[in-house]
Amino acid sequence: MILALATKTLVSHIWRPPPISTKDHNRCHCFHRFPSFNLSFLPVLRTKYTVLDPFADPPDPSFPTLFKSARVMLCFGPKPVTSEDLDRYPSLEYILGTSAGINNFDLAACRRRGIRVTSAGDVYSVDVADYAVGLAIDVLRRVSAADRFVRAGSWPVQNEYTLGSKVSGKRVGIVGLGSIGSRVAKRFEAFGCSIAYNSRKQKPHVSYAYYANVKDLASNVDVLIVCCALTNETHRIINKDVMTALGKTGVIVNIERGPLIDEKELVELLVRGEIGGAGLDVFENEPQVPEPLFRLDNVVLSPHKAVLTLDSFAALEELIFSNLEAFFSNQPLRAEVELD
Amino acid sequence: MENVGVLMTCSMSAYLEGELEKRFKLLRLWESNSKAQFLAGFGESIRAVVGDTKVGADAELIDGLPRLEIVASYSVGLDKVDLNKCKERGIRVTNTPDVLTDDVADVAIGLALATLRKICLADGFVRSGQWRNGDFELANKFSGKSIGIVGLGRIGTAIAKRAEAFGCSISYHSRTKKQNTNYKYYSNVVDLAANCEVLVVACALTNETRHIVNQEVIHALGPKGILINIGRGPLVDELKLISALREGRLAGAGLDVFENEPDINESFFGLQNVVLLPHVGTDTLETSKAMADLVVANLELHFLKKPPLTPVV
Repeated sequence: MILALATKTLVSHIWRPPPISTKDHNRCHCFHRFPSFNLSFLPVLRTKYTVLDPFADPPDPSFPTLFKSARVMLCFGPKPVTSEDLDRYPSLEYILGTSAGINNFDLAACRRRGIRVTSAGDVYSVDVADYAVGLAIDVLRRVSAADRFVRAGSWPVQNEYTLGSKVSGKRVGIVGLGSIGSRVAKRFEAFGCSIAYNSRKQKPHVSYAYYANVKDLASNVDVLIVCCALTNETHRIINKDVMTALGKTGVIVNIERGPLIDEKELVELLVRGEIGGAGLDVFENEPQVPEPLFRLDNVVLSPHKAVLTLDSFAALEELIFSNLEAFFSNQPLRAEVELD
Repeated sequence: MENVGVLMTCSMSAYLEGELEKRFKLLRLWESNSKAQFLAGFGESIRAVVGDTKVGADAELIDGLPRLEIVASYSVGLDKVDLNKCKERGIRVTNTPDVLTDDVADVAIGLALATLRKICLADGFVRSGQWRNGDFELANKFSGKSIGIVGLGRIGTAIAKRAEAFGCSISYHSRTKKQNTNYKYYSNVVDLAANCEVLVVACALTNETRHIVNQEVIHALGPKGILINIGRGPLVDELKLISALREGRLAGAGLDVFENEPDINESFFGLQNVVLLPHVGTDTLETSKAMADLVVANLELHFLKKPPLTPVV
């Protein structure tokens, strides 16, 4: 049983204990990082399978002889897997991705070669949905800003903190009513919020109000939560028009991918007070965060960590082992991506 | 009604001040050098007091206002109002329930999420530039956690409803078991704490509930437990809480209230596993206006010799 790992930066990040100096960490901008200490399952993986690491340091002596026989690729993080990458592993039959998103795979190339692909499916959805709600409440009720205010010793001096905005009863708009979006909706409903959404197609058994375009959705809500996958079509789906439509008291939350929002426009609108606030877990060029945002109290900043919980990682570990077992025993795979 | 003397105890709301000024003869206690001096000079003219969670109507104040008819509190909690004295004197007391229930419940959930998911810490991590050097640490899931609520009143019930949407199981402790609920009841707080992962304090502060969350409860909640307090600071033995947080005998806390506001115990500032809010449970534009309108309505109805909307005494 042989596996190969496809991502350079991830491998150097996770296959060894964390280096004391962190300066040589590679930062691939689309690399969805795993915390280096939570990979307890990798040694277990090595007890069951032969795992080849193309970037091992020192180099793995068995790699040159075995890599052409590798049948499975484990792709950690959203590092691109291109046609050229696939050319290197002629025996490849299955790619196991660990992100919910699949925008990093050349799916057409996989289809041509008859390679199957699975993603992380739903394993992160609950945690990401929780985080979206947490960010929204934080922006509206100024939780992080107020915590800073207290820790700075300002409470006895200024006596009162700035009033926030009520969460309950707000009109919430969800861009992309998938696995994460539908869970976000359910949570906000318990706060007495009304839900509206935009999706590629209207969902048949859903009672929420549907808007065929995001600008109309934004015009009719107070809080916009970005819950859709990043594709060629959704790149900068949240543009200046949409954000202007959301308005001066509107709040936007993004827990998906930075490039879904025109970041430069967002920053300008926030700085000018043309939009009410933002909760951002993702950015166009991570870990770079536009510096003007650091001066704003109506913005909550987060280092792409919506999936970083012990629970999500335990669920991912279970999915990985389950799918590997299933593949090698010809059983159905979970979270398989349709390649048609 | 413009001759009716109304005393505001502190500058709780500019909007409320304006509305009271329009309708009554408004006097401001905080503009006076001393309470005693004010009472000596103006005590006879006051027929209504508007207080809040910081400055209410204690025995000294009530004694100094011989013509006092009504205390209209700009709050739902009445721990700063001497209710017994009011009952003795036949003084009406009103508060502001219901209009603020949602806001406080929202903050309770917001605090639980911020504490478990380390939202404030992460925000600080980014703002200080640390993200450039490495990843943030793992946090803890909120959905599915077992929530224990101390005090299943209006606010406790609203918290439960929200938590259920996250797949949380709910249990509670109250003075008496509630008949119209399926949540699991515990007759004492220690058992409740032993059987939940997130303990939310949502009860009123009375003589009986002072330090209801004590060392024993904190110990029962345990090293993975989270405490959320949106009630009153004195409901929790704060010194015991601080040492438990410091020593890792409690995983974290989200606090909107403290034993000594606004000069809170400085030991909190050194703790990373606590979220600190400056008593903002009801502090939204929407709710502060609704509370003020209710205070004004209660006063107007009273002086029109009609029953107030939300009397407690």
